[in-house]
Amino acid sequence: MPVTHERAVDVGSKRTVFSRNGGDPGRVPALLVESLEFAYPDGHVALREVSLEIHQGEKVALVGPNGAGKSTLMLHLNGILSGEGEIEVAGLRVTEPNLPAIRAKVGLVFQNPDDQLFSPTVFEDVAFGPLHMGLSEDEVRDRVDWALAQVGMSDYADRLSHHLSAGEKKRISIATVLSMGPEILVLDEPSAGLDPRARRNLITLLSELPHTTLVSTHDMLMVRELLPRMVIMDEARIVADGRTKELMDDVALLEAHGLEHP
Amino acid sequence: MSIHVNAFDRFRAGESLIHRLDPRIKVVVTVLFIVSNVLLPDGAWLAFALAWGVILLTGVVADVGVGYTFKRSFVALPFALAAVTAIFAIPGRPLASVHLGPWDLVATDAGLIRFVSIVIRSWLSVQMAILLTATTQFPDLMHALRHLRMPRLLVAIVSFMYRYLFVLSDEAMRLLRAREARSARLTEGDGGGSILWRAKIAGNMAGQLFLRSYERSDRIYNAMLARGYTGQHLTLNPHEMRNCDWLIGALAVMLTVFLQVVGRL
Amino acid sequence: MNWIFLVASTVPTMLRAVPGDPALHIPDGFLNLPISLLGWILTAILLAVAVRRTEGEFSERQIPLMGVMAAFIFAAQMINFPVAGGTSGHLLGGALAAISLGPWAGMLVMASVVGVQGLLFQDGGLVVMGANILNMGLLTALIGYGLYRGVLGQSRGVRLAVAGVAAWLSVMAGALGTSLQLWLSGTARLDVVMPAMLGVHALIGIGEALITVAALAFILRTRPDLLAGTAEARAGRGWVVAGLAAALVVVLLSPFASANPDGLERVAMDLGFIGQGADAPYQILPDYAVPFLGETALSTVVAGAAGALIVAAVAVVIMRMLRRSASPA
Ligand SMILES: Nc1ncnc2c1ncn2[C@@H]1O[C@H](COP(=O)(O)OP(=O)(O)O)[C@@H](O)[C@H]1O
Ligand SMILES: [Mg+2]
Repeated sequence: MPVTHERAVDVGSKRTVFSRNGGDPGRVPALLVESLEFAYPDGHVALREVSLEIHQGEKVALVGPNGAGKSTLMLHLNGILSGEGEIEVAGLRVTEPNLPAIRAKVGLVFQNPDDQLFSPTVFEDVAFGPLHMGLSEDEVRDRVDWALAQVGMSDYADRLSHHLSAGEKKRISIATVLSMGPEILVLDEPSAGLDPRARRNLITLLSELPHTTLVSTHDMLMVRELLPRMVIMDEARIVADGRTKELMDDVALLEAHGLEHP
Repeated sequence: MSIHVNAFDRFRAGESLIHRLDPRIKVVVTVLFIVSNVLLPDGAWLAFALAWGVILLTGVVADVGVGYTFKRSFVALPFALAAVTAIFAIPGRPLASVHLGPWDLVATDAGLIRFVSIVIRSWLSVQMAILLTATTQFPDLMHALRHLRMPRLLVAIVSFMYRYLFVLSDEAMRLLRAREARSARLTEGDGGGSILWRAKIAGNMAGQLFLRSYERSDRIYNAMLARGYTGQHLTLNPHEMRNCDWLIGALAVMLTVFLQVVGRL
Repeated sequence: MNWIFLVASTVPTMLRAVPGDPALHIPDGFLNLPISLLGWILTAILLAVAVRRTEGEFSERQIPLMGVMAAFIFAAQMINFPVAGGTSGHLLGGALAAISLGPWAGMLVMASVVGVQGLLFQDGGLVVMGANILNMGLLTALIGYGLYRGVLGQSRGVRLAVAGVAAWLSVMAGALGTSLQLWLSGTARLDVVMPAMLGVHALIGIGEALITVAALAFILRTRPDLLAGTAEARAGRGWVVAGLAAALVVVLLSPFASANPDGLERVAMDLGFIGQGADAPYQILPDYAVPFLGETALSTVVAGAAGALIVAAVAVVIMRMLRRSASPA
């Protein structure tokens, strides 16, 4: 599909037009979602006509009320759920045979660190991804060291996951996907449940990571500080997509979708 | 993190020789020691005393504190009630007789010795097992068992169990606390409602916990898929047997053999 | 002497950090070596089959499920309800695990629970762990699932009722197994331990049955799809036969042995299980003497040497396993 420089997104009667910042039309997008539709087995439709394009190096917020479909969309990005429509990650289509490659490219961090960290020790958890990528033992160890250093937790390899604080668990969660060398980080409500200091540390960490990033969150202050682009979802649809600065000023839009102006 | 997480933790961090031993050797020696206890004949007091000496010495070397193993060594004692009947079970010189309902019980010297020996064997074995868990992280125990041919599948299940023991116990505690908060009467006396009703409340709690656990396992599975899981449970085992491990293992074998000989002199 | 066991089963639950039924977690030292080994052999065989079946039939989805469910059983054993006089009803969970996850998965889950309780909390021994797993995880799954499997097509009420009976019987089976093992090890008198164990567990089993039924009813009400998926598709009717047979043994043997322990002893003697006097059946080395040598000094020496040899042999076998696993790893 031709990459256009401008794109309009339908927001009911209101149209938000934005121009992508930092996007280089010559490169393949880091993430491309084309009219994605998905219903859970119980019939509940969680995604309707969702289209989204994220360029390399972009940091994007995904906001919207509970039940909007944010988590469902994120689960599609590395093929855990598969609805109708097209998804491409760095030019590679998300299809069954591509899944191993896709899963190494998309670092998906789940909301609850107790779900993300399922191994007894930190080392085993951070090593899980690289091991399942078929890397050699030495390579796995190197990657674990590197990933833990990235999140500032080098001393934690031998710690037991259940002994960690919420903030530490969140950082280790991020390390568990960094060790796979992903091209895009997808974080589901990363600051939920953190105390102010842990939240501050997380924001600092995220601002230092060079990856293309998609973050779902209710933390509008973090969005304003960290994520220049904002996508609003409500009732299974993307209802707005634009510069954070501009959308934040549209109080009516925010309120219509249960969001607060920070 | 809750109180219970800590109450569950048996590991005492340390850098002692015992801590640094290969977990395989620790598991093997522990099992060997317990087998040796079980094999010691009734009334082998000297051997029992020496075995206790071994435990105390190990405790000192491991720097876990003598009190630590001692304090916890009585967990199994209530079970000794089952062995009380051994006093009356074995032929020997009669000491006393008791008439209890339908039973005509004659206590014998051999029976008494059997009973005391059983309790001591158990008490010694429990202390060794306590030392094992006090000086070995549970994940290392799992690595050891994997090396000792425990099936991969079971190792994986137990590893998950260990990880979520704490999470789910906390959830269970929250459910219990919520019940207490809602019915003050339940905390004292027998509580309100009929036994059936109370059992039903408890069953609903178990059912709720079941569903939450089931759903959690779904999310965990997704998290595993997201990191490339395809059904094999791959792990790296960071342990290697060193000469010092073999040496300690050999020493322990000789020691138990020695205990066996002493026990029969 | 039932009261002793009542105390034994309630007091420790208050003292211990870990839930469960202490009267069934046999500690090391209470079973002799042959009975302990027999327990391990039976358990190892059943678990090996369970592992093979689970790996073959189920998707990789089952592994985290079984692990989390084992943690669930562990946590659910904390859930209690007050009965009377400071005692309370508890869940042990063997029947619930087998009914909700299928028999093989249920066995693996319960084996993990019993294993972790023994390994981590010394709640049950290591050398006797095979027997404990057999009593609390395998017999319970067999009876719990087997009976339930027999009424799968029936109405909800029938299924729940049978689940309750199965839960009660599974606890009784555990108690029966424990008593027999204690007796065969020469640790307890059968005529005392059996009625006491069964008497107490007849009560404990009621708590188990009530919680199991209520929990299953709750699950059937909120997520019936979960039970439909596990129990039905995954096991054949052979389970019904095996479960019924095991249940029959419990039902027939318990009252017989309780009312007439001498009878059981005689049967065991006739079968060659134990010798006259019922000292320590199965003790490899009767206390200080080797049978055909009598109680001589030589006999003591030979017995000592034999004991030492057994220990050394166990050590060599394990060391060899270690060496084999150490080299490729
Ligand atoms: N496993 C599931 N089965 C059925 N419905 C689900 C499931 N998971 C989520 N849903 C429903 O899908 C909708 C979107 O959920 P989700 O993506 O989690 O929203 P968000 O992350 O934005 O809060 C919600 O209405 C939710 O109830
Ligand atoms: Mg969500």
